[in-house]
Amino acid sequence: MSTVTGSRALAHLAARRDRITLLAWIYVLTALIAGTAYSFKKLFPTPVGRAQFAFSAGHNPALLSLYGPLFGNSIGSLTAWRYGGFAALGAGLMSIFIVIRHTRADEETGRLELVGSAAVGRNAALAAALVIAVGANLGLAVLITVALTLLGLPIAGSLALALAIAGSGLVFTAVAAACAQIAGTARGARGLAIGVVGVTYLLRAIGDSAGPHGPRWLSWLSPIGWAELIRSFGAIRWWVLALPVLVAVVAAVPAGVLAVRRDYDAGMLPQRPGPARGSAWLRTTLGLAWRLHRGTLAGWLTGALIFGVIVGSAAKGIGGLLRSSQIRHIVTTLGGTSAITNAYLGAIMGFSGLIAAGYAVSAVLRLRSEETSGHADPVLATGVSRLRWGMPHLLIAMAGTLTILVAAGLAAGLGYALRSGGTGEIGPLLVAALAQVPAALVIAGFAAALFGLAPSASVAGGWSALGVVVLILFLGAALKLSHWVLDISPFQHLPKLPGGTVTAPPLLWLSLIALALGAAGLAALRRRDIG
Amino acid sequence: MSKAIDVAGLRKSYGKVTALDGLDLNVASGEVHGFLGPNGAGKTTTIRILLGLLRSDGGSARLLGGDPWTEATTLHRRLAYVPGDVSLWPNFSGGEVIDLLGRLRGGLDETRLASLLKRFELDPSVKARAYSKGNRQKVALIAALASDVELLMLDEPTAGLDPLMEAAFRACITEERGRGRTVLLSSHILSEVEALCDRVTIIRRGRAVESGTLADLRHLTRTSISAELAAPPEGLDRLPGIHGLVVEGLRVRCEVDTDKLDGLLRILTAAGVRSLVSQPPTLEELFLRHYTGEEPARGVAQDTAGARA
Repeated sequence: MSTVTGSRALAHLAARRDRITLLAWIYVLTALIAGTAYSFKKLFPTPVGRAQFAFSAGHNPALLSLYGPLFGNSIGSLTAWRYGGFAALGAGLMSIFIVIRHTRADEETGRLELVGSAAVGRNAALAAALVIAVGANLGLAVLITVALTLLGLPIAGSLALALAIAGSGLVFTAVAAACAQIAGTARGARGLAIGVVGVTYLLRAIGDSAGPHGPRWLSWLSPIGWAELIRSFGAIRWWVLALPVLVAVVAAVPAGVLAVRRDYDAGMLPQRPGPARGSAWLRTTLGLAWRLHRGTLAGWLTGALIFGVIVGSAAKGIGGLLRSSQIRHIVTTLGGTSAITNAYLGAIMGFSGLIAAGYAVSAVLRLRSEETSGHADPVLATGVSRLRWGMPHLLIAMAGTLTILVAAGLAAGLGYALRSGGTGEIGPLLVAALAQVPAALVIAGFAAALFGLAPSASVAGGWSALGVVVLILFLGAALKLSHWVLDISPFQHLPKLPGGTVTAPPLLWLSLIALALGAAGLAALRRRDIG
Repeated sequence: MSKAIDVAGLRKSYGKVTALDGLDLNVASGEVHGFLGPNGAGKTTTIRILLGLLRSDGGSARLLGGDPWTEATTLHRRLAYVPGDVSLWPNFSGGEVIDLLGRLRGGLDETRLASLLKRFELDPSVKARAYSKGNRQKVALIAALASDVELLMLDEPTAGLDPLMEAAFRACITEERGRGRTVLLSSHILSEVEALCDRVTIIRRGRAVESGTLADLRHLTRTSISAELAAPPEGLDRLPGIHGLVVEGLRVRCEVDTDKLDGLLRILTAAGVRSLVSQPPTLEELFLRHYTGEEPARGVAQDTAGARA
């Protein structure tokens, strides 16, 4: 029996288990790229307009650090510049989730123990996970190529960009495989691999924004940087594609060797013991819920802070993007370049709102995973009512959403102050961020209502609601959706901040809807079966 | 004597699957009650209804004199529960889980906790993800046994424990009975039930098929006899209540209804007994009769009655 015996059957199993999630990932990443290309086509139909935009965008260090270098001014170049790096990052995350899910996460649940006792080699699960991840990345490459070609972009460039994005996915597939052998838990392995993604993104950001005498070579150390450095719609460097393949092989081989040597459900990093007694915190259901949520919240909070600082610092000089004297004239009569800056910051705050909504949904759905994993039973069998069990999770979800948005607003204001030297935007950005809270909580409330009323549909339903809102925000205007459809999203009803005036009624209404949904969920929870 | 658990005609179905089909279960205060049945018979469903985690579709259920659904929170302060499949938060240590569950229930007996940790040889500082199944089971058991409650609801509590720990568990339950606590013990381990339980209820397909003291139930079963005789026995085949008779020269093997034992022994001693092995009916036989075969449960009683007639 070889170490990969049975991997075929396991790959089939994995593909079956993942079919919906994988399609969703591939669809969203393709839609991101294709939607961007489509928007650029609409925004800048003429080469002259694109050239002006490209000139200013390609020289703004903040935008360079956020998006990467811009090669050329074709629609393809702009698309590759704007979302090529993000798609490469997305492909990396997708690959990490696939690999960890089918290796360490399955070990932790004990599923692989059962499977592993059959005629299955020690590397079979890893091999199956790699096959699925590589397949998903290839599928992504095919779809992106087809979509961009259909939009009228050159086929060679489309293929180069698609393969470079898939290449980043390939590298992180191998990185995840290695992390799965090192870390002590599935959660740890996922965190380690995502940490590598973060570092490579930062390397690229520093390298890309460095001047001619700065450490530009740093971008060459990052798989996300390669997705840009291939210059997909300029003078294509096809040889760059060899880099991800090489790195993937170099990382995957030791992963395979380690997988054969290590123990089942154990990594290379040692496990630390915990306290022998529960702390004073661990006395109430609120203390329990806080303990369960704090790690996740810290992660989201860190992400929001980094995001805020980066995009806030990029805001300075956004007004300079409009080189066209005609547009400039229009903009100036409408309120000057500050209007442009405000529109950009408003969009950024809208994005922060989505991030916070993502956190809120995950925090609410923690209740469902507590229920299905059997952790809820022993707690509910003590003198704890359903309300006292469920309420703390919802309270933490609310407080966490608020904290994340405050952090994003403050960080964006500080980031802007760092570049411009003026602290004047901190207040307005904080207000703008706070205005997002009710809308984010409506999404969370929807997940909470589903958890009470239709628990088995709550995970899919909660995330789908967020997905619909994301699609409406990014593609609603480009697809010219009707108002009726756009109005589904609570974010459409928020005042345009910063710059606009704060209008209380929509914020109040959204808050009331969020509270009502949450209350409906808790009321239903009291009346239904657990499990 | 008051009833700790009083369930009558309990019904519960999940969609088209019927889990409980008119279940009756009575547990008197202060007794250790064995709750037996094959996998999927409805034991866990019954316990989860009694805990107010599930809502019954029909019938009545009383727990410690209260309604398990509407008064769940107040009743839970008087009981402790050990689930069949103990799942703990992976990043919590065993000690943290024990303290948390104990505090949520209204307090732990510190001295008893210390002695239980020693007895079950559990290291409370290990993270739950590093515990084996048996050790996770111990965490839940210690959390339950260290609380000062009237009723213990244990769903297959020894699954995963090694024989040494099983013995420690039995000793603990015996002590709990001495303290006057009521125990509902769902189990598959028959020796454990025989050793610990005052009364048992056997359920199958969501119904109680037998309920009573072990002595009551034994009455319904057969003793197996194997004997070596001095002379060939006479009239054995005409004796009522004899089953599966095999006579090989001077060797005799058969099963006999326990209340017909006298008649058999008379014939055997008349022929002269050189050696005799008598195996009392075990719970296992009773159990197997209900677990296997499609015959309805009442058939056992009818069969015996028929033999008597």
